[in-house]
Amino acid sequence: MRICLLALSLTGALLLGGCTEGVLDPKGPIAFAELQILINATGIMLAIVIPVVIATLGVAFWFRASNDHARYRPDFVYSGRLEMLVWSIPLMTILLTGTVAWIGAYDLDPPKPIASSTRPIKVQAISLDWKWLFIYPELGVASVNHLTIPVGTPVSFELTSSGVMNSFFVPQLAGQIYTMAGMVTRLNLRADYAGTYRGLSANFSGDGFADMHFNVDAMPSERFAQWVSSTSSAGLVLDSKSYADLAKPSAAVTPFTYHSVAPGLFDTIRTTSMQSDAALCRSYPTSMRAEQ
Amino acid sequence: MTLLGKLDWSAVPFDQPIIMGTVGVMIVVIGSILSWVTLKGYVPYLWREWITSVDHKRIGVMYIVLALVMLLRGFADGIMMRTQQAVAVGGAQGYLPPEHFDQIFSAHGTIMIFFVAMPFVIGLMNFVVPLQLGVRDVAFPTLNSISFWLTASGVLLTNMSLAIGEFAKTGWFAYPPLSELQFSPGVGVDYYLWSLQISGIGTLLSGVNFVTTILKMRAPGMSYLRMPVFCWTALASNLLIVAAFPVLTALFAMLLLDRYLGFHFFTVDAGGNVMMYVNLFWIWGHPEVYILVLPAFGVYSEVAATFSGKSLFGYRSMVLATMAICVLSYTVWLHHFFTMGASASVNAFFGITSMIIGVPTGVKVFNWLFTMYGGRIRFTVPVLWTIGFMVTFVFGGLTGVLLALPAVDWQVHNSVFLVAHFHHVIIPGVLFGAIAGYNYWFPKAFGFKLDERWGKAAFWCWFVGFHLAFMPLYVTGLMGMPRRLQHSDVLAWQPWLLVAEVGAIVIFAGIICQIVQIVVSIRHRAQLRDTTGDPWNGRTLEWSTASPPPAWNFAVLPRVDGLDAFWTHKQRVLAKQELPVQQHAYRPIEVPKNSPVGFVTAFFTVVTGFALIWHIWWMAGFGVLGAAVTLLAFMFRTKDEVEIPADEVALFDRAHPVEVSL
Amino acid sequence: MNVAVEMDAVRHGELLDISEAGPAPKRIIAGFGFWIFLLSDIVMFSALFAAYAVLAKASAGGLTGGQLFDQRNVAMETALLLLSSYSCGMMSLAINSQRYLATFLGAVVTFLLGAAFLALELNEFQGMIALGATPQRSAFLSAFFALVGSHGLHVTVGLAWLVLMMVQLSLRGFQDAVVRRLHCFSLFWHALDIIWVLIFTVVYLMGVLP
Repeated sequence: MRICLLALSLTGALLLGGCTEGVLDPKGPIAFAELQILINATGIMLAIVIPVVIATLGVAFWFRASNDHARYRPDFVYSGRLEMLVWSIPLMTILLTGTVAWIGAYDLDPPKPIASSTRPIKVQAISLDWKWLFIYPELGVASVNHLTIPVGTPVSFELTSSGVMNSFFVPQLAGQIYTMAGMVTRLNLRADYAGTYRGLSANFSGDGFADMHFNVDAMPSERFAQWVSSTSSAGLVLDSKSYADLAKPSAAVTPFTYHSVAPGLFDTIRTTSMQSDAALCRSYPTSMRAEQ
Repeated sequence: MTLLGKLDWSAVPFDQPIIMGTVGVMIVVIGSILSWVTLKGYVPYLWREWITSVDHKRIGVMYIVLALVMLLRGFADGIMMRTQQAVAVGGAQGYLPPEHFDQIFSAHGTIMIFFVAMPFVIGLMNFVVPLQLGVRDVAFPTLNSISFWLTASGVLLTNMSLAIGEFAKTGWFAYPPLSELQFSPGVGVDYYLWSLQISGIGTLLSGVNFVTTILKMRAPGMSYLRMPVFCWTALASNLLIVAAFPVLTALFAMLLLDRYLGFHFFTVDAGGNVMMYVNLFWIWGHPEVYILVLPAFGVYSEVAATFSGKSLFGYRSMVLATMAICVLSYTVWLHHFFTMGASASVNAFFGITSMIIGVPTGVKVFNWLFTMYGGRIRFTVPVLWTIGFMVTFVFGGLTGVLLALPAVDWQVHNSVFLVAHFHHVIIPGVLFGAIAGYNYWFPKAFGFKLDERWGKAAFWCWFVGFHLAFMPLYVTGLMGMPRRLQHSDVLAWQPWLLVAEVGAIVIFAGIICQIVQIVVSIRHRAQLRDTTGDPWNGRTLEWSTASPPPAWNFAVLPRVDGLDAFWTHKQRVLAKQELPVQQHAYRPIEVPKNSPVGFVTAFFTVVTGFALIWHIWWMAGFGVLGAAVTLLAFMFRTKDEVEIPADEVALFDRAHPVEVSL
Repeated sequence: MNVAVEMDAVRHGELLDISEAGPAPKRIIAGFGFWIFLLSDIVMFSALFAAYAVLAKASAGGLTGGQLFDQRNVAMETALLLLSSYSCGMMSLAINSQRYLATFLGAVVTFLLGAAFLALELNEFQGMIALGATPQRSAFLSAFFALVGSHGLHVTVGLAWLVLMMVQLSLRGFQDAVVRRLHCFSLFWHALDIIWVLIFTVVYLMGVLP
C-alpha cells in the first residue's frame, strides 16, 4: 500500500515535473546533474528496498500463527551465511551510493567554476531582512528581489548576509548555499534555456521570510545587454547611505534596480559585521570552512 | 515594574483569540482535573504513591503520561501548521500571522523532540530496564525522580510561554544570529533556552543513572551477552546521552551568555562565529536522533521475538549493529549543513559516513525479517506497529541516503522534502516503536491488557494518515517548497498540501482511537485482566514477576544462565511437565524511601527559570537558594531506605505465583 | 541499599565471570556513577575548549592572549591546584584508615590551596577587566572567560562541597554514605586538576605562542 503510495507520488511528481517548476525540471547543467544523481541513487536503493518490503509482508503473512502449512522453526536464530549476506547487502549498496556521493560532491562543488568558453558573469548576492540584493560588480548595476542573467553564460556568485543567515536557492538552476554575515560563500550556475525561474531563501530568517523569493530571468545575451544598458541609464544610486535605508527590515519588496553601485560596497557590507581576526581571514580556512 | 523585571500585563497576548482560547481551555481542563482530584481526596494518594515516588516503574509511567499529554500539544501545533499552509496560498494570508506561525513551528519541533519522543523512550527505559535486568531499582532512585521532575519543569516552562510572553520564533534549533538578542529581543528564545537547559540536565542525570544501572546492576549470571536486546539499546542510547547532552548544555550556556551578558560567541560582530553554533548543535543533534531511535529498535526486537515465538535472529549481530550505530553517530553531524560551503572533500567524507551508518540499520531490518521467518506470528497490536515500522522505515532510510548525497542535499535541504524525510524516520522509527512498547508493556504496568480493536484502529489511522500527510511533502519539496513558509504564492503546491492536511486529520482520528482505547480498556479491565504476569508468553525477566510488579520487583533476584532467561525457564518447566513449588527463603527487602526532593527541586527550578526569562533577579536568587537548600536537606537525610518485612514479601509472592501456560 | 544486601549473598566462587556477579555493592555503584558524571562534565568542557579554539584568534582588534596572560601568575595557580590535589590524595588515605585528625587536616589544606587558587584567578580576571579586556570586548575574551570561568565555578562548588563534607563528617563520623561522598569529592577534585592542566596548555601556553 505505502509502496503504491510512494510510487504514486514519485511518478506523479515525475509526470508533473514536465509542467512544474522545481528540482524535477532542471534548466541548467548543475541542476540537471544533481537531478541525475537523485534519480540514480533512488534507483539503486529501490532495488534493495522494494524486495525487502515485499519479503517483510510475505514472511509476516505466511508465518502467521493461524497458518498450519508454515513450519515453526524456533531454533532458526543464527546462520553465519545469512549474517554475511545481511551485512554485505547494505554494505554494497552503500559502496555504490557512496561512490555517487563522492563524485557528485567534487563535480558539483558549488564554488567550482563551470567550464565554458564564455567568460562568467559575476554577481554578488546579499540577503537582507527580508529581500535579496544582487550587485553586478563588473556592470556597475544592482537589483533588488529580481535577478537577470544571460542564457548560456556561467554566473559566478559571491554571497553574504547583512545579518541573519539565509540560503540562496534557485531549484531549477542549482542547489542552495547559505548566506552568512561576515563571510562569503560561492556558487556557480548556468541557465541553458531562457525563461523565468523561481528563486528563494530556503533558510528561515524571521517574520518576513515567506516573501523572500524572487524571479530569475534568464534571457538571450542581446536582451541581457539591453537590460544592462536600460538599467544603468536610469534609477537609483546604491551607496552606503541608500544601502542603510535598504537594509532596514521590510518584507515583500517590489523589485527595483540601481543604476550605479558604489565600488567595493559588497566588501564593506561583509566587513561591517566582520571580525578583524587574522586566523579566520586565511584564504583556506580549515576548521569552520566557509571563507572569511 | 523593576520588581517584576520585564514582566507586565502586555506579556499576556489578550489580542490573540486563538492563543487566549487555547489558554482558556487549558486552564479549564487543568483546573477541573485538579479540583476533581482534590474533591475526591486523591491528593495524599498522589503525593505518596506518585509525586514523591522513587520507584522506577512509577517514574516510567509518569514520563509516558507526560509524553502522551505533550503529544496532544505538539500535534495541535502540527495540524495548525498544516492548515495554515494549506489555506495560505495565492494572495491568502491564512489565519496565523507570521509572528504566531513562527512560534508554532518552533514549539512543534521543540516539544515533539524534547517533550514527547524523549520522555516516551526514557519512560519505557525506566519502566523496563531494571525489570529486564532482574534487579529492584535503578542505581540512583532519588536522582531518577529528580530527572523526571526536571523534565517536567522544562515542559511546564515551555507551556507557560503560551500564556505569558511568547515562544521562540527561530525554529527548533534556534540558529544564531537570528536567536541573538539583536534579532530576537523578546523572551521567546529565553523560554526555549531555559526550558531545554533545565530538562536537559534532567536527561543527562537520567543517562548517568542508566549507564550505571546497566553496567553495574544486573541479576546474577546476566553477563553482557545475556542482556535482553532492549537493555543493549538502552545502554547505547544512554551512553549517547552522557556524551551528547553536555555539548548541548555548553552550547546553550554560550547562547545564554550572549543574550544575557553581551558575550560574543555567535554574534555577527566582535568576532562571533555562527558556524560554531551550527556545528556544536548538530554534534549533539545527530546523536540525539539515535538516542531516540535505538530504544525503539530495542522495542521492535523484543516484540518481533516474543510474538514470533522465537529468539531474536542474530542476537550478536544486533548487539554489534547497535554499538556500531552508537559510535558512528558521532561521525555524521556535518550532513545537516552541506549547504554551508564546506570543501568538496569534507562534504564527500561526511556524506559517506552518513551512508555507512545505514549499514547497521539495514542489518537490523534483515534480522527482524529473519526473526519472523519460521515463527508463529501473532498479529497483536505491537506486531502491527512493528511491521508497519519495517515497511515504512526503509523508505525513510532511502530518502535519508538521498539527503546524505551532498549533490542532492543542496537541492532538497531546508525544503519540505527534508521535513517529510525526518518525519518519515522519526514517526515510524521512534513513535511507532514507543507506541508498540506502550501496548506491549501496558499489562505489565497495570495488570490488564489494552483493548485490541481500538489499538488496531489507532494503528491503521496512524499508518494511513502518516503516508497521506508526508508523502505529498516529498513532492512539494521537489517542487521547491522551503520549510517554515507562512504563506506562499505557488498554486501548484496547494493540492498536495490539501492531501497532507487530510493526512493530519486521519492521524488525529488515530489519536482519538488511542484515547478511546485507554477509556475502553479501563472500563473493561475485568475482562482484560492478566493474572499470570505473562500475558504474551514473554521471553525476558520482566514477565517473570507479577503484573503490576511489587515495589521490590522480585522477591528473590532471579538467576540467569542464558539469553531469554524466562523463556528457557518456562521450557524447562514444560519439559518436566510440573510447576515448581515456590519455596524461597524470603528475606526482608530494603527499598528506597520516597522523597519529595525531586518535586520540590523542580518547583524551584521552574521559579528560577521563569525569573531568569523575565529578568526578575530577586526571584531567580530565591529559586536557586530554594533548590540548593532542598538538595542540602536531602544530603543530610539519615534514612534512605525502608525495609519490607520478609512476611510481606512472602505473602505477596505466594499470592502472585508466576504461572506458566502449559 | 536493597541491592547491596542481595549482593553480599552471592557467592563469588561459583560465578564464572565478574560480569555475572550480580548487582555491585553500593560503594562501587556510587563511585562508578560519579565517574560517568565526570565524563559528561569533561565532555561539556570539551565543547567549551572547542569554542575557545575556534575563537582564540578572534580578538576583534582588542587585546590578545599574548598581551594579557601573565605566565608567573598562571604557574602559581597551577602549582597551588596540583598541591591541593596532593593534599586531597592524602585526605583520601586518611579516610581509608578512618583517621579524623588527618582527614580534617587534609581537607583544610586542600581548601586553603583551592581558595588561594581561586583568589589568584579572580585577581587575574579583575586585572584583565581593568584593562578593558571584558568578555563583552571580543569573541576571544568571551570564550576565555567562559572556559576558565566555568573551571573556576567548578572549583568554587568543590570548595563548598568540601566544607559540607567536613560538617557531615564531624556530625556523623565515617558512615558509609559520608565516605562514599568524600570518595566522589576526591574524584571531582582530581578531575578539575586534569581540566586545569588542559586549560594551562591550550589557553595559557599556546596562547602566548607567536
